[in-house]
Amino acid sequence: MISQEQVEKLAALARLELESAESAKLAGEIDSILAYAGELSRVAGEIDRTKEVPAHRNIMRADGEPHQPGIHTGVLLDAAPAREGKYFKVKKILS
Amino acid sequence: MIDLSTLSIAKAAKALRDGSLTSCDLTRAYLERIKERDGEVHAYLEVFADALEQAKAADALIKAGKGGALTGIPIAVKDNILIKGRIASAASKILERYVASYDATAIEKLRQAGAVLIGRTNMDEFAMGGSTENSAFGPTKNPHDTARVPGGSSGGSAAVVAADMALAAIGSDTGGSVRQPASFCGVVGLKPTYGAISRHGLMAMGSSLDQIGPVTKTVADSETLFNIMAGKDRMDSTSIELAQLPVPAKMRIGVPEDFLKMEGIDPEVLADFRAALSRLEALGHTIVPVSLPSLPYSLAVYYMLMPAEVSSNLARFDGVKYGFHVDGKDLLEDYRKSRGQGFGREVRRRIILGTYVLSAGYYDAYYNKANIVRSLITKDYEKAFAEVDILSTPTAPTPAFKLGEKTENPLEMYLADIFTVPVNLSGVPAISVPSGTVTREGKRLPLGIQFVAPWAGEDRLFSIGKQFLNEHEA
Repeated sequence: MISQEQVEKLAALARLELESAESAKLAGEIDSILAYAGELSRVAGEIDRTKEVPAHRNIMRADGEPHQPGIHTGVLLDAAPAREGKYFKVKKILS
Repeated sequence: MIDLSTLSIAKAAKALRDGSLTSCDLTRAYLERIKERDGEVHAYLEVFADALEQAKAADALIKAGKGGALTGIPIAVKDNILIKGRIASAASKILERYVASYDATAIEKLRQAGAVLIGRTNMDEFAMGGSTENSAFGPTKNPHDTARVPGGSSGGSAAVVAADMALAAIGSDTGGSVRQPASFCGVVGLKPTYGAISRHGLMAMGSSLDQIGPVTKTVADSETLFNIMAGKDRMDSTSIELAQLPVPAKMRIGVPEDFLKMEGIDPEVLADFRAALSRLEALGHTIVPVSLPSLPYSLAVYYMLMPAEVSSNLARFDGVKYGFHVDGKDLLEDYRKSRGQGFGREVRRRIILGTYVLSAGYYDAYYNKANIVRSLITKDYEKAFAEVDILSTPTAPTPAFKLGEKTENPLEMYLADIFTVPVNLSGVPAISVPSGTVTREGKRLPLGIQFVAPWAGEDRLFSIGKQFLNEHEA
């Protein structure tokens, strides 16, 4: 069973503010989804996936060809709610 | 007056080339139709004010003999795909005023082919939902019965094509979000092989599942758009160049019989599906019962893995870099308030669930187990495709349901994805094509049949789809 306190802890970790009525409701909903997913543990059984080679792999590319510094700065900062010169503006994190 | 109801990309492109139609007239006809119909359907979040100017430029290109495959063709775009200089909100309050700073690769390719981008379509917020009721800007209605949902999450894209408010549309499919609304609205929807179309410029939801796909009126149009958008892109490291599998003239079509015995499948949907199989047999194909024993666990797998990926992908929306911002007493409170008020209920639910699934102590019990069962599902497909050329099921277990019918029960809403989700988990391609109708309360509602091919088997889907709909080349 997942409690309302657990939901509030998760919300804090996920940087989400929730109303208390919603966290209570979410606890019930998430419980029913987790109960539904409970069968996975039985189906997966004791299969050890760490020995398998995954079919998909990331395709990496070599570093290089950097673009000119600053050419995208203006357009990206234009989307920010608050900016100061070439920077995003945020509140102090140390008091 | 242009008859939009029988028009396809193929027909319109031919008429544009031979001069019997101009893109301005065509675009004007769609804008007229939008004015008549969209007040009720609400499929568009924005109709672009410069659509006619784009059409004028397309007409000039055609006149100069420089037209491409889509020159002058009006196409609508789901609101989670970036078009440079236009708002891309993903139907979320948190991005309500966000203006895209670049074109998605798929958009760039459509532009190069000459498409007229007519507007951006409504969707479930960040593509999370199966009914388009989770849009922050109000739901879209099904054009066949406005008391019902168009499906989702690409509900706006399916509705504009069904209601002749665009000739085609682009959507995204993470668990059925192109195919299920295509089925509910009576149009064609394709989910390509994972990696076939670049996702550069598509807002990420479940990165191991997402694909861009076209919504069209004919299978031939679906093929045209797929071929234009497909291909490896250096901006998306998961994109690949596909060498298409051969297409047998007569196909062996596998039907996962056990899967069709699950609860919650409408008897009329099953009857329509059986009738469709008979038509395929009459066309000379062979129906073969196959067993994919792990498929019934797909939804459970999906609702562990997808929220996990959602909770990671949506961490970037913090009220600092872009979008909606709510001021708190410190930076942490800025984050919590901006995200708490900027995201809608379903998005918040999935972020919390994903955070739980990925947290230490539960990671192994849920996330890892789901990954193991995901690999069993993929093995089921591999085994089945050793025996058959394609697989088939209904696209959705029911016809379109009513607005509000499932909003209070997330699990019930999730069940609408039962036939489409396993396809995304394995990365194989699938298409939904209209198969028939059922009558509910005096309204005829469309149904869809889904064909699933092995990886890189899109050509098989186009072939069987065209045969099924009796499409002939224009």
